[in-house]
Amino acid sequence: MDISLKNVEYRYQADSPFEHLAISDVSIDIPSGTYLAIIGHTGSGKSTVLQHLNALLKPTKGSVLIGSREIKAGRKDKNLKSIRENVGIVFQFPEHQLFEETVEKDIMFGPMNFGVSESDAKARAKEALQLVGLPEDILEKSPFDLSGGQMRRVAIAGVLAMEPDVLVLDEPTAGLDPRGRKEIMDLFYTLHKKRNLSTVLVTHSMEDAAKYADEIVVMHQGKVLTKGTPEQIFSDPVALIELGLDVPEVIGLQLKIEETFHTKFSKISLSERELAEMIAEFLRGGGQR
Amino acid sequence: MMEKMIFGRYVPGESLLHRMDPRSKLIIVFLFVIVVFIANNVPTYAVLAAYTFLMVGLSRIPLRFLYGGLKPVFLLVFFTFLLHIFMTKEGPIILELGWLKIYEEGLRQGIFISLRFLLLILVTSLLTLTTTPIEITDGLETLLNPLKKWKFPVHELALMMSISLRFIPTLMQETDKIMKAQTARGVEYNSGPVKERIKAIIPLLIPLFISSFKRAEELAVAMEARGYKGGEGRTKYRQLAWGMVDTAMLLFLGAVTVLLFVLRG
Repeated sequence: MDISLKNVEYRYQADSPFEHLAISDVSIDIPSGTYLAIIGHTGSGKSTVLQHLNALLKPTKGSVLIGSREIKAGRKDKNLKSIRENVGIVFQFPEHQLFEETVEKDIMFGPMNFGVSESDAKARAKEALQLVGLPEDILEKSPFDLSGGQMRRVAIAGVLAMEPDVLVLDEPTAGLDPRGRKEIMDLFYTLHKKRNLSTVLVTHSMEDAAKYADEIVVMHQGKVLTKGTPEQIFSDPVALIELGLDVPEVIGLQLKIEETFHTKFSKISLSERELAEMIAEFLRGGGQR
Repeated sequence: MMEKMIFGRYVPGESLLHRMDPRSKLIIVFLFVIVVFIANNVPTYAVLAAYTFLMVGLSRIPLRFLYGGLKPVFLLVFFTFLLHIFMTKEGPIILELGWLKIYEEGLRQGIFISLRFLLLILVTSLLTLTTTPIEITDGLETLLNPLKKWKFPVHELALMMSISLRFIPTLMQETDKIMKAQTARGVEYNSGPVKERIKAIIPLLIPLFISSFKRAEELAVAMEARGYKGGEGRTKYRQLAWGMVDTAMLLFLGAVTVLLFVLRG
């Protein structure tokens, strides 16, 4: 399902003394099957953009095209449920949304809201639990007896069980340990490939953006600053650092090496492997000199 | 949804009302609540309304914002109006529709009582709109201080109040957040049959309760870690300062009260 934002503006609490312009003139295209990462500072409007992707927020100007549905400023919309069935959002700290007596019921909650039969929902719960790497015997446990990391996984399973076409992730690994982080991110990537999903990842982690995304959007002060492939975005690391954003560690290392050895590599490396190869080549070249 | 709420909300500003001492504001609101009951005819209610609107003007709170925030209250005011109009059976009948009879006194009472109600709400809202929660509790604590003689837990009460006021916006944000998360999971809060909407409250309330309890515990730990052990010997960072304005405003309300007694029928 294609999603496209056209000149979207959103004001919080419009017409009150608390009015606050969160984003303006944001245009982003997310063709079906894209893995898009949105990076930017806290308060740059990332999360606001994200809530437009399934009509949780309605633009105060501009329009959002979700599949064949158009959400436009200043118009009443009905039956937004069908949009939400297709676009699943994993919010920041999704474990806060757990409420059912058992893990199974909580995972089934989403699918059943969208009219999936109980037996199907049960099957989906089992499958989703497996996907997020939790043992089946916790299905009957209360979600509140689990550890923080497990709760997070259950909440994610609750969204995956809806089987959306588009998966929107708002810092899904914030507060997890490094291993849990990697497992969860790898899971999303596998699903993205296997189910041919569109994935939108809002993140602070430049590592994740560089590693998984096909395309990166950099937000700054409520506007889209730049967008492009990871290679394009990180080819100008100095600009990113000036914005107060980090660059992936590999690129940081490459910059340091370039500075120390007064050299310039042919391109920006996005993985350790790439950098190692370039260093090897440099050393070989140096040997000849 | 929750953004328009104005109860317990503070609007930063520099107006006369903002600069007043919270103690004088509390006293004025308290007195106003009593003074309102002096009014019993058109001139007295006109004076009360004029006083209230003067205060609204002095607060420099945008009228549109105030109106938007009070909208839910209008329904309640209207209901009060209806109740009085149908329940009071005095004076000549002015309208008769079958079994439905409206008496002159009913209309009078309806208008007066709902106006009284509205004025009370406006003035009390002005207090919270122009005074930070911290100021209110500080003011209340000083005002209630004499009660300590009778072992009344003034400090604890003030602390409880400031904590609950402090967490109203947090709770609202949290509500909004969880509502959105559940909406994304297919719950409908703004449409659909009433029965479904009532059922939809459970996935909202349970997470809210859980996070509130958690937060309370964390807050208690954080307070203890910073050496909190009750009000004994605690000094104040913010000093309250009673100024000319405060005395003037109190006197002004006194003058209004006298005027009300004179005009009273």
